[in-house]
Amino acid sequence: MSLLGLYNVLNTYLIIGAVLFGMGIYGMVTRRTLIGMLIAAELILAGSSVNFMAFNRFTAPDPVTGQVFTLFIMAIAAAEAAIGLSIIIAVYGHFKSIDAEDTAQLKG
Amino acid sequence: MNPSALTSPSLLTVDGLVGVVFLIMVLITVVGGLIACNSERLVRSIAGLVVCFIGVAGLYFFLNSPFVAMMQILIYVGAVAVTISFAIMLAAPEEKKKIGPTSILAGPLGFITAALITGGFVVLALKTEWAIHNKLNDGSMKSIGLQLLTDYSMVFELVSIVLLIAILGALVIAREGRKN
Repeated sequence: MSLLGLYNVLNTYLIIGAVLFGMGIYGMVTRRTLIGMLIAAELILAGSSVNFMAFNRFTAPDPVTGQVFTLFIMAIAAAEAAIGLSIIIAVYGHFKSIDAEDTAQLKG
Repeated sequence: MNPSALTSPSLLTVDGLVGVVFLIMVLITVVGGLIACNSERLVRSIAGLVVCFIGVAGLYFFLNSPFVAMMQILIYVGAVAVTISFAIMLAAPEEKKKIGPTSILAGPLGFITAALITGGFVVLALKTEWAIHNKLNDGSMKSIGLQLLTDYSMVFELVSIVLLIAILGALVIAREGRKN
């Protein structure tokens, strides 16, 4: 196995997906603002999409299933970004801050 | 699996050049992800996310699905990243305030958590013998369209409704926030 033939190996894509997922987890844990957490969530979704596409290409009997599933993940991510944007704007209008430490009371 | 993966293609052949392009795409993805989760300013973070998504779209090209790659660029780079940019512009005034880790423990502990999860996934991926099945169809755009409108039509409609409700709900929530 050589460096230039890596694009045809399943494990390469699985490792890239795991690295993306780990970076998303890291951002989710360390970020303080809600927007930073939203960005980290997008990284996690990208990592899982890469995994779906890799299994779709290399092992799955029907190579359409993974692509369709990735399209649905994209649609859900778009919905999540829209909802997140509106919640962030509402939280900012109420607390004048989007720091996760400041928005600590439940009564909206 | 293609036998060319087991031999070493020369740099000047088509396979070798494709391998170089693939390594560049992996580099773009990882560097973009690192910028997205490490930079101190949110605007740079969203720019890193865009770079990362373009790299992921390149990976989708290598996984035999140019349709999903185009959708990745259209939806993520064109819609999601722009939406998050709007959120930054509308609700993040303190550009000078650092958004780094909260405490000393948040950095190392978060890194250890992420490293353990990543390492676990990598070990799991490398240790497992994945069963390889024969392909039923070619996975082209035509078969994607056929299956979206036959086997997955219910899910397709449900996702459409979810998107509609999400956009309506976003409008409602943002408007209520504006009243205060």
